[in-house]
Amino acid sequence: MNTKRFEGLLPIVGVVGLLAIWSVATAARWVDPVLLPSPIATFKALWSGMHGVLGFDFVKTVYRTVMATLIAAVIAIPLGIVLGSSERLYRSLEFVIDFFRSTPASAMFPLFLVLFGVGDETKISVAAFGAILVILFNVAYGVMNARKTRLLAAKVMGASRMRVLFDVMLLESLPQTFVGLRNGVSLALVIIVVAEMFIGSQDGLGHSVFEAQQLFDMPRMYAAIFAAGALGYALNLLFLTVERRFVHWSGK
Amino acid sequence: MSAQHALRSESTGVPSTPPVGGAGKRPHVTIRGLSKHFGTTVIYDNFDLDIPRGELISVFGPNGCGKSTLINMIAGLIPVDAGQILFDGMLLSDIKFGYVFQNYREALFPWMRAFDNIAYPLKIMKVPLAERHARVEALVARLGIKLNLNLFPYQMSGGQQQLVSIMRALVVEPEILFLDEPFSALDYEMTLFMREQLQRLFIDTGTTMVLVSHDLEEAVYLADRVLLLSRHPARVADFTPVTAARPRTTATLSEADFVSTKAHCLDIFQREVRRA
Repeated sequence: MNTKRFEGLLPIVGVVGLLAIWSVATAARWVDPVLLPSPIATFKALWSGMHGVLGFDFVKTVYRTVMATLIAAVIAIPLGIVLGSSERLYRSLEFVIDFFRSTPASAMFPLFLVLFGVGDETKISVAAFGAILVILFNVAYGVMNARKTRLLAAKVMGASRMRVLFDVMLLESLPQTFVGLRNGVSLALVIIVVAEMFIGSQDGLGHSVFEAQQLFDMPRMYAAIFAAGALGYALNLLFLTVERRFVHWSGK
Repeated sequence: MSAQHALRSESTGVPSTPPVGGAGKRPHVTIRGLSKHFGTTVIYDNFDLDIPRGELISVFGPNGCGKSTLINMIAGLIPVDAGQILFDGMLLSDIKFGYVFQNYREALFPWMRAFDNIAYPLKIMKVPLAERHARVEALVARLGIKLNLNLFPYQMSGGQQQLVSIMRALVVEPEILFLDEPFSALDYEMTLFMREQLQRLFIDTGTTMVLVSHDLEEAVYLADRVLLLSRHPARVADFTPVTAARPRTTATLSEADFVSTKAHCLDIFQREVRRA
């Protein structure tokens, strides 16, 4: 019983350890306090920031990331199903997909700037572009790797091609689709934050980090970094929770 | 698909050739001139067979002789190169049949509860929801199976999952049921239990069943007739009748008749294995 209670506390050990080392490092002045403020100063900045400008930036970044992921999912999931259900079609497009999937999306900023200007559209569309390819790739593989026996089982019961597609292939590909969505949202967040730093941005977590650094307001900069980290972690957790709820058979 | 087209283009009359095997019983399935090759290997070459109605046929033979290929061709899972397979003179597309896969883990739908898995073939047949439920309930009641059908397949034991697979195949009230090594992925205890379940289902429903087995004792124990195949190209090495009364029990396994039938099958099997 006691060991079990201890097991549950294990994930906290790393957090406490990190905070302890950080506190000691700043208290003992191992690191210049200008470069690394104390945990207390940082969390004060995080707390007050989230009730002010940082909170506004946070919401902006959430909005852009969610929009980019949504657009990517709406385009990539149906396309992935179509590509995956015809292996020959996928093989003929595989190189193009893999090529652009391997191209850093940040290299596309200038192109999208020309296409969409300096507004939200550019940031969202670059992030969506990156996420589309990741989701598309995973959905197509999920459909292609549907268990042959399961497809045969449906066929032998007299299911039509459409029935097999919607009743079996679609559900078979769901676990892999969620892998794609989780990777897609992570990538979208990375691209959004980078875009907020560099393309004439007025707001967003990327802008907040960059501006704090320019003003040498280190507690605020760390606070914005932590806010971005928390956002990334929360988005991943959200997708995992939804996945466990709706794709309960995954890995079983 | 292509097999059905090939079959459709031929005459669909009952073949005039005399029944093969069958022992004078009215044949349920008639197979004439069946040919199949994989690459350069000829698995079946002008193969003829009659499967009698209402009997449980076990298919047994050397490794790779095409036991599963035979039932997969009869059930339309793989196309035939040539030949004709008729069910009371009708094509596969005109009859109701069931198929039980060896790999129950990959044959059931893990996103559906056991109950919905069993009802799924009825959904494909566009049976209304209320009737689907009633028919599954009726099947469960008739079989007297005590299973929690609200569970998902992955929450059940291997034997229970295979039982669900068999019920899914039976729910359409098939005229013929194909089973491809249905118990070979189960442990021995579960296999023994499942043999009893299958025997009961057979006695209760009288459905024609074709069972592929790699276990001679199981093949003889369950069968009315053991179809012994030769090495490929497969011929009927023997179509041995098993006369033991049903329901058979563990005691049957040591009866003189059963032992001699099994020994006879083993003799033929070994003769076929040695023939290189």
